[in-house]
Formats: sequence, C-alpha cells, structure tokens
Amino acid sequence: MHRRHFLNALALGAGILLPVGRSAWAVGGPAASPTGKKLVVVMLRGAVDGLNVVAPVGDENYLRLRPTIGLAAPGMDGGALDLDGYFGLHPALASLQPLWRARKLAFVHASGSPDATRSHFDAQDYMESATPGRKSTPDGWMNRLVAALPGPQAPSRLLGIGPVLPRILSGQAAAVNLPNVAGAARADLLDRPAVKAAFDELYANHPRFGRAYADGRAAHLEVMEALEKGEMKREMEAADRGAPLPNGFPDDAARLAGLMRNDPKIQLAFVSLGGWDTHANQGAAGGQLANRLAPLGQGLAVLAERLGPLFDDTVVVVMSEFGRTARENGNGGTDHGHGNVMWVLGGKVRGGKVYGEWEGVGDAKLNEGRDLPVTTDFRSVLAQISEEHLMLGDQRLEQVFPAMPQKRAGFRIVGT
Amino acid sequence: MIHRATLSLLTVVLMATGAASAAAPAPDAQAQALHVLNRLAFGPRPGDVERVANMGVQRWIDEQLHPETIPLPADLSARLAALDTVNRGAGDSLAEFLELRREVKLDDEGAKQRRRQTEMRVARQAAEARLLRAVESPRQLEEVMVDFWYNHFNVFAGKGIDRALVTSYERDAIRPYALGSFRALLGATAKHPAMLFYLDNVVSSAPRPDPKGKARGLNENYARELMELHTLGADGGYTQRDVTELARMLTGWTFDQRRLASTGETFRFDAGRHDAGAKTWLGHAIAPAGQQEGEYALDVLAMHPATARHVSRELAQYFVSDEPPPALVDRMAATWLASQGDIRAVLATLFASREFMAAGTVGAKFKTPYQYVVSAVRASGAPVANVGPLVNTMNQLGMPLYGCQTPDGYKNTQDAWLNPDALTRRIAFATALAGGRLPLATLPADARPAMMEPNMAGSDVVPLPVAAPVDPKPVPLDPARLQATLAGSISARTQAIVQRNPDNLRAAMLLGSPDFMQR
Repeated sequence: MHRRHFLNALALGAGILLPVGRSAWAVGGPAASPTGKKLVVVMLRGAVDGLNVVAPVGDENYLRLRPTIGLAAPGMDGGALDLDGYFGLHPALASLQPLWRARKLAFVHASGSPDATRSHFDAQDYMESATPGRKSTPDGWMNRLVAALPGPQAPSRLLGIGPVLPRILSGQAAAVNLPNVAGAARADLLDRPAVKAAFDELYANHPRFGRAYADGRAAHLEVMEALEKGEMKREMEAADRGAPLPNGFPDDAARLAGLMRNDPKIQLAFVSLGGWDTHANQGAAGGQLANRLAPLGQGLAVLAERLGPLFDDTVVVVMSEFGRTARENGNGGTDHGHGNVMWVLGGKVRGGKVYGEWEGVGDAKLNEGRDLPVTTDFRSVLAQISEEHLMLGDQRLEQVFPAMPQKRAGFRIVGT
Repeated sequence: MIHRATLSLLTVVLMATGAASAAAPAPDAQAQALHVLNRLAFGPRPGDVERVANMGVQRWIDEQLHPETIPLPADLSARLAALDTVNRGAGDSLAEFLELRREVKLDDEGAKQRRRQTEMRVARQAAEARLLRAVESPRQLEEVMVDFWYNHFNVFAGKGIDRALVTSYERDAIRPYALGSFRALLGATAKHPAMLFYLDNVVSSAPRPDPKGKARGLNENYARELMELHTLGADGGYTQRDVTELARMLTGWTFDQRRLASTGETFRFDAGRHDAGAKTWLGHAIAPAGQQEGEYALDVLAMHPATARHVSRELAQYFVSDEPPPALVDRMAATWLASQGDIRAVLATLFASREFMAAGTVGAKFKTPYQYVVSAVRASGAPVANVGPLVNTMNQLGMPLYGCQTPDGYKNTQDAWLNPDALTRRIAFATALAGGRLPLATLPADARPAMMEPNMAGSDVVPLPVAAPVDPKPVPLDPARLQATLAGSISARTQAIVQRNPDNLRAAMLLGSPDFMQR
C-alpha cells in the first residue's frame, strides 16, 4: 500500500521539507510519463460559511443556532436543496444539482486545517503552503506538486488566474499567472519584433527577474497559440458576445476550460475568489452570501460542461481557509470559526455523498462552544487526490505534503 | 548600479554631510541621494538627485521628517483645491451618496446613471488627489507614509457607503497623523465612520432582545483585526477570549448615518449599545467605564511591546528589505517605547541606521505597482493632468487604488508582486509612457478611470494602457534626459544594451528595465 509506505517514511522523521529544484523533474527523464490528469483548485478567500453551503438542515440544532440566516428545510419556500435527507445544498447552488445527481460532486464536511488560528491571513498561508502552524515554508503546495509530478515541465503547466501570483503557486518550479484568460489572449507590445528583441536582451539571464520574464513570454506565446485554435476562438467570441454574467467567474471558468482543452500542457490550475467574510447581513436563501454563491456554482457547472470529455480526467477542489461560527451573531452574520466544507467534483469523483466524520451541531459537539471541529485534515484529501488521481509517487507525496498527520481520511473520494 | 566600494563609504559620508558644500556633489553623495529618493520618495524627478546631493542627504531627510516646513507649490495647491468632492466633509459626501441611493430606489428616471456618474467622479477625484500629490508633492515622505498607513489601516472603497467615505478617511484619519503619534493615528482610524462601517463595529452591541434594528449583538470583526493587523500582530499573544472581550469593550463605538449626513457628526458613543458588564482582557480586569474602556484599550495596544515590534517590522520591511534585520527592528521598537509611539522618532532611528544605508539594501526592494507607476511618471517629468491611464494600469497590475478588499492591505514584498504577467504589463506601460502615448496631459471631458467594483475573481477585463485613446501628437521622452535623471540606478550592462538600440526604444527600455523594477 502506497499510503503505508508514505506514513512509515513520515514516522521515520519527516517534517523536513526537501528542496525540489527545477532539476528534480529532469531526473525523472523520458521514462516518466505524464498522466494527462488535471487538478483545478478554487480557493474562497474570507472563510465561506460552509454551514450554509452544505447545511445540516436535518439537525434539530441548526435553525436554533441560526434563526434568521438558517436555510429552511427542503421543499419549503427558499429551502435548501436536498442532498441526502440530512444535509441540504444552498439554493443559490442549484446549478450544481445535476452534478450531484450524476454522482460527480462530493463534499467533505467538518474539514480544514488543524491549526487553530482564526486569522484569515495566517490560515490562508497555511492552506496554501500546506504546512499548518509553520510560517517559514517558502513555497506553495501546488508549486511543489508540479515539480514532483512526472512529465516535462512548462511554465503553463501550473496556471493561476488572478491579479497577483498567489502563495500556493510560488516556489522553485515555473508557474504562470494570468489576470484573466481574455486579457492573455490579446497580442501585446512585446509581440513586436524590435521591442521583443530589446527587452529579451535586457532580461536575458538576469539573476533576479530573468526567469519571470522568460516564463511570461513562453506562457504568453503558448496561450496565444492555444487560443488561436478555431474552436476556442469561436467559444471566446460567443462568450464575449453573449450577455456577460454579473461576476467574472463563470466567464473565466468557460475560458479556462477551453484553454485546458486546447493546451494539454496545462495540468494544474488555481483560481481564488474573495468576498466571503460575512460578519453582518449574510442573508439566508437570498442576500450577500447567495449573491456570491450563485456565480460560483454557475462557473463550476460551466467548467464541468466545457471541459467535455476532459472532465473525466479532472478533479476540481473548492476550499476555504476556515469555517464560521455555528451560531449567527447579533448582526445577521457569522464570525470566524474552524471546520468547513470542501467541495470535490470531477468525472471520476465518487460523488453524491457528504464525506467526513460528522458529529452534528449540538452545543456539546461544537469546538470551543462556537464552531465545527476539524475532523478531516484538508491535506489528507489533497494527498489522496494527488496520489490516486494525479499518480504522484510515495516519496514525492512527502515532498508536497511534509509533516502530514498520521491520521488518514477514512474514505476514498476519487476513483482511478 | 552603485559600486560596493562606494557604498561602504555611505555611512561615513552620511555622517559628514552636515557640512555639504555647494560645489558639484561627489559621486557617493549622488549614490546616497538616489537611494533616499528611492525609499523616502517615489523615486527621483529630473534634477532631484543633484538637488538632494547638494543640500546634503541628512538635511533632506530631516526636512522630509517635518513636512510642515516644506511649502507645496502654488500650482499643485490650486489643482488640489479645485477638487470639490475631495475637499468636502464626510457628512456632505455621505448625504449626496444617500440621496442618490434614495433616488435609485424611487426608480427615478436616469437615477442609476446619475449615481454611476457621481460615483465615478468621486472616485476619479480621490485618485487624482492621491496621485497628483504622489507625483508632484515635494513632501515625498509624507506621501510615502500615507501609502504605508492607508495600507496598514486599510479600508475598501467598494463596500457600501465607504465609497463616499474613503476620501475623508485618508484626509482626516490618516494624513494628519502620518508622521505623528501612533496612538492618535490609531484613535482616528478607530473612530472614523469608514473604518467603523468597513469592519462592522457600527453594528456591534451588547446582546439585546430587541429583534429590530441591525445591531442586536456582538460583532468581533473590528476587535480581531485591531489586534491582529493594526497593533499586536497575529503572534501578539492574545486569545479568542481576548478578541471577544475587546469586542465587548468596543460596543457602542459607532456612528449614526443620518446624523453624519445632516450634522457631520462622524463618531458617537452609544451607551445604550454598550455592554456594561465587567471584562477581562489581556490579563487586565476591566471595570465598566463606557467609552473609556475602548480608549483604554487603544492606550494599551498603542504602547504594547508587541505593537512596537509588529509595526516597526512592517516599517523596516517597507523601507529596508523584505526580511528586515531583527536588530534594526529591535532598535526601532525600543525607540517606539521610549518615545511613546512617536512615528517620526521611529523613522529617524530607521533612516540613521547602518542597515538602511548598507550596500545590500540599495535596490533590494521590488517596487509595488503603485511605486512603479508613480516613480515612472516622476522620472519621465511628464506633466499629469489626467490620472486615468495610471489608475487603469494599477488596476491591471492587481493594485487598484482604494481597492484592496481585505483589511490587511496590499503587501509590499517581491513575493507578492513579481510574476511573469506583471513584468509584461509593466513593460507595456513603460513603452506607452516613453512613447508619449499615454493621454496624461489632457483631461478628457468624460474622464472616467475604471473604479473598483467588488469583484470576485479579480477578473474584470480592462484594456491595456496601449489600447487607451492616443494623443494626436505623441511626444516621446528624451532618453538622454531620462538616463541623466536615473543616473546611478541603471547598471552599466543595461546602459550598454540600451545604447545599442534605436533611439525611439531607449526611454522605454530604461523604464522597463530590470533596474527600474527595483528601488
């Protein structure tokens, strides 16, 4: 069993982060073959209220704790969408119901980071470095992951979408960040030969900025090439001409899907969405949280649809730095909590199920009397996906997720 | 690139600069001048390096630490005075905002359009005031510190009524205290309606049975960020219990929207909302004392050793290096405690340190998008009437003005800002600026810099600056003049490559060079 080997290695004194240089993959050489499997990570910054995403509507305590923001039972006006008779999905996520029914969407409830911090910024760092409690980790786990995966490296193999390079992507391996896919599709000044030659020379082998410059150019050309392909061009044009949705995520998701289909080099992608820190006026079936969830759900559905057959080779994980208080506060909102729900979707996901050790939201079951305890370490879910789906070898797994806890997830969420 | 041999002399020379002569400055004086202009200012404008070297670096630093002694140019003052929405009180700004919102609710014909236009006008003027000062004010350290403190006490302009309040927030709660007492700065931010609203303290109250009204219980958002971000730091040694207790102490710190709009009252202590019970906070027993509980908390936090260290480290990170030397941070924190949190004194300790002037410090910082854009415009010497292209560029680079959604503000480290796409975009901006193709000189009648809507993916599609409307007759920058302005910050290697290229590319190459990315 791979897993045991991994855990044994850990028990023998791991916890030390092995440096994974750019040369690490090269050693693998041509014998190592890429799996063609993809991973998309969506991070909800600001701590989404997981108890209203996958709500324990069957728990007698739920509406007592949340008299104004709690979701009504399935079938009621504004009620949750039934998942399994106990949990209900937020009605703003109706677009995900078909995936649930097709058993391609699963959740892991009461999951998260073992570190107890309720600081957004520390918790996000820990989730991105995958080393809870340790701030000195220099790189992000997706960067370590891309370096550890078999197959040839390319800057676009690890792709981020957003204005800044996130911590999760930073590190030794090349990664590229696009502010948005549409913007990257445009020709830029550096495509003019004289300008290009001038700046190529200025940045050639520059010790500090040379690599970022070279990666930027390489990825730009690659993305341009992928977008030039006929089908994608038509899709982009259709998306541009159609009425744009109020938030950018569905559009970006559609373009990301096209890009992933046209550029087989892209293997890992990351998107983060902000605005989930609902301390006041969170709303129930409608309102602030619902307004954020609706485009997220639409975007994920669009991503699944536009990936087409590639969805079978893709796993999408949605996660957030921590959950929120089980009790609503005096302002129709929630404060910072602990455990949350992870979303996992993909063609080979063993979906239609809410995983995790669930103990209910009774007062005695709450962590510090206020929020969900973490019963599943988020890293054990990510490690399982890396191992079972991305075919990451045992030793490499330890490089990506150093100092993993001994306790493994008691379920198998993805098939091969 | 400044030579190491020269730099090793910097400290010595710096101590001797009190006696700077009126003769042409020595090369090391120029190197120092360039360094301080890159740190205490947003880079040199044409002639700045000679001017600072001639007057003496130490004298210039002392002057910058006392901005009230530096007159603003009449032209700049006049242009700032003409920005009507920037110069009015928070109450008037809010009144206009609420009135427009009311009209939209009434579904008044054209009300939505009117609201959009007004909001864009307010946003444009706010950006204009900030950027005109950053580019042109001779009180550069003051502008640098406004940037620093606004980030430290960040408020997001895209959240509800804060659209109308951030201008007042910067002007009334940040700017007057930028080089003054930290306790006063902390108090001013704590009581400003923009902060009270942004971090929800406005709706925090003791638990009450009354189901009406928005404030029906404790909201711990502000109390948490006050300790984690504004003062002690995440490792400052407090617990969840301390967060809750501080939130209780701050109940009743609020403002009344209608009173603010009608009378201009920006803060009120609402005793009816205050939790009058006894509290235990950071080991202190807190006897019920109404508003004084919060004032006491701010006193304790402002002078806490953890705060002195946390904020000193942030300052050292901003001015020295991404991983600032611990010994320097310790000395700054000691000054903090000895001076009762006097920001000027802490900065004086920093600027006088050998770490600040050390060879390894020069050029060690990667410019943030804000610093990059402002320094490029300063170096170009181009007059700025229209800040639209600068605002757009900062949006594309992921650093919209007043547009950071989270209370931790923008980071100022290389890790946060150096990425492949960012370099390409900076080069595109540099090329447009150098070619004279940014419409900076003329203010279009409908100037409307894109303002930050709260957006989930950071994915709003904004055109690149090169796609902006093109001035009829572009006036390219003179590469020789630019080279003279930047003098020692451009390495010999870069200079040689630039010289081999055609004249019409040289200015773009200087502003888009690796050398100009750092400060």
